[in-house]
Amino acid sequence: MAKTEKFVIAMYVDNKFGVLTRVTGMFTRRGFNIDALAVGETESSDYSRITITLSGDKYVREQLINQLNKLHNVKKVEVLDDDCIKRQLMLLKVSYTSATRAEILAAVEVYRAKVIDYTTGEMCIEVTGDPSKIDAFIKLMLPFGILEMCRTGVVALERGNKTLFNND
Amino acid sequence: MKLKGSEIIIRTLIEQGVTDVFGYPGGQVINIYDALYKYRDEINHVLTAHEQGASHAADGYSRATGKVGVCIATSGPGATNLVTGIATAMLDSIPMVAITGNVPCSLIGKDSFQEIDITGVTLPITKHNYFVNRIEELADSIREAFAIAKSGRPGPVLIDVPKDVQVAEYEYEPMPVVEKQALPEPEAKDIEKAVELINASERPYIYIGGGAAGLGLGKDIVRLADKIDAAIGCTFMGISAIPDGCPRFLGMQGMHGHYASSISQNEADLIIGVGVRFSDRATGNVAKYARSTKIIQLDPDSAEINKNVVVDLGIVADVEHAFRAILEAVESKAHPEWSARIEELKEEEERIEKHIAAKSDAKLSPKMVFDVINACKPPRTVIATDVGQHQMWTAQYATFDTTRRFVSSGGLGTMGFGLGAAIGARVATGDTTVLITGDGSFGMNLNELATAVSHGIPVVVVLMNNGVLGMVRQWQTLFFGKRYSETVLTDRRTDFVKLAEAFGAVGYRAGTREEFEDAFKKAIASGEVTVIDTLIDKDEFVLPMLPPGGSIDDIITEID
Repeated sequence: MAKTEKFVIAMYVDNKFGVLTRVTGMFTRRGFNIDALAVGETESSDYSRITITLSGDKYVREQLINQLNKLHNVKKVEVLDDDCIKRQLMLLKVSYTSATRAEILAAVEVYRAKVIDYTTGEMCIEVTGDPSKIDAFIKLMLPFGILEMCRTGVVALERGNKTLFNND
Repeated sequence: MKLKGSEIIIRTLIEQGVTDVFGYPGGQVINIYDALYKYRDEINHVLTAHEQGASHAADGYSRATGKVGVCIATSGPGATNLVTGIATAMLDSIPMVAITGNVPCSLIGKDSFQEIDITGVTLPITKHNYFVNRIEELADSIREAFAIAKSGRPGPVLIDVPKDVQVAEYEYEPMPVVEKQALPEPEAKDIEKAVELINASERPYIYIGGGAAGLGLGKDIVRLADKIDAAIGCTFMGISAIPDGCPRFLGMQGMHGHYASSISQNEADLIIGVGVRFSDRATGNVAKYARSTKIIQLDPDSAEINKNVVVDLGIVADVEHAFRAILEAVESKAHPEWSARIEELKEEEERIEKHIAAKSDAKLSPKMVFDVINACKPPRTVIATDVGQHQMWTAQYATFDTTRRFVSSGGLGTMGFGLGAAIGARVATGDTTVLITGDGSFGMNLNELATAVSHGIPVVVVLMNNGVLGMVRQWQTLFFGKRYSETVLTDRRTDFVKLAEAFGAVGYRAGTREEFEDAFKKAIASGEVTVIDTLIDKDEFVLPMLPPGGSIDDIITEID
């Protein structure tokens, strides 16, 4: 068995309706599981960028790229370098008491997170960062009672002057 | 000039070189049919009995010629009836364009009468599809569809056009026929590596698939085999790529492949795969497939390299160019030991066949049926099939004098494919077209006899009637303790001769070799749609058989 690793795929696709379904449909059809997904317009309104995080071995990685390349609306697709810049955003609602408030705020401070809503007994925290940082923050908040949370897919860019796609 | 959308559709088809379409009218394509009426002198429409028949006809049309087959259906059930045909084309990489009507844009998404999201439904079974909700994009979408269907690894494309787009008007300018997108040229280092592997090989085996069948590489394949002293085998889809009579050609390998072809592939030290995908039916258990063999794979689709088996060298490029480059560069070499071994295997195969034949006291065996067909068929005859035992017997026994003459659903294995496909192939080629079918498969879409009769498309149907679903029964015999669950059809009491006559076709019944020969010759000569009810025994088996998931060591050559 080849080694299973987490990796990030980024692709430029036509900014048209139905394209996301075509991409995710291919994953379902071929039995590949998506961990996280982010879509948004790019520097050109003709294209969207889809960033997908998932786990798999070399076979999965190669098949995915080859199969994605066959989709007519996918213009460019690549597995990003391991050291690419990855960011994820999370909103997390946690309950507090006078006894726990200070500890939570300290965590917010250390993680450079932000309190964006604050009512009697609950606060909503915004955290941005590498997925592992988000995971760590969740772990930290668990004992206080997480009421609700949601996190976006990972967005990622490679370092330096490397770009995925040149629009010219 | 300003034209209605429906007319733009037909004008664009004509502009793209389409001369025949297959379809069925309905509420949301009336406008398209009105335009077809207007252009009836330039484009021939074949009305089928069922939209599924139209989809298979477009597919058969394409298989027999390499042209893009076109079918048309209305929204809702018309569109969903195309689904099996589109999937069949997808799994065998057949270029096809399907055009469907849909409800007007204002009614989309409201569960309107005969509304279905057919682009959603066909997403996994098309190479690409379009929902054209703007008349401005109509003509170019159709052109793009043709380009996609025939470029690279071909496949089906669907275009869904809401009714209001069909009646809207827009400027139309005729454009030239779209070109296939050029495939990348093979890289010199890959050709070098291929040549190195071939020069080092002592036991080479050239393995031809559907990706090579349509390319006209037949002679070059034989030249390479002669040059490097190789055996040639093929997948199911590669049948008819190599003209008959080539002594190096061992026929199909795999689950029901020829003994010599399967065994020699396993014993080869190098497989040169051309347009093959190493599917489960071809390889059996991949873990045990060609264990000590190096593999070169030539394919236009990069996703096929290392998908099913890990290869030593994958060349993603224009297959013809890559193949010819290899052919020119390899050393001429003789491998007397390998040749002797191939001869030995061929003799063994002959012995097995004789042994099987000797055990049978049948008045009309499948082998006899093909002996007659092979001897009596005119040059360039197309042989179409349905799916089941008769299909495998065709693959094993039928001979072909030129490429694109074998029309059969390989990847999807679609029972009910044959009659529609045979009609399409006959319309496309004008050559004698024989459909080999079984009583199970024929029962699925025999309504298309009406199409053949009404359009004077003289398909000769050889209905191998054994009163059972023979292939499933064969598995039940071998692997399910002879518990023949729902595979016995004798209670149906269908009289296929009367049935043919009821459709306005000619019917014969043949229970002996002589009767069959007589009926077949008459059918070929008559130019009439003919059904020959060909009575064969229910316990005829397709042999040899490599059991599903088995390896070459498990090959079955005899059943008691």
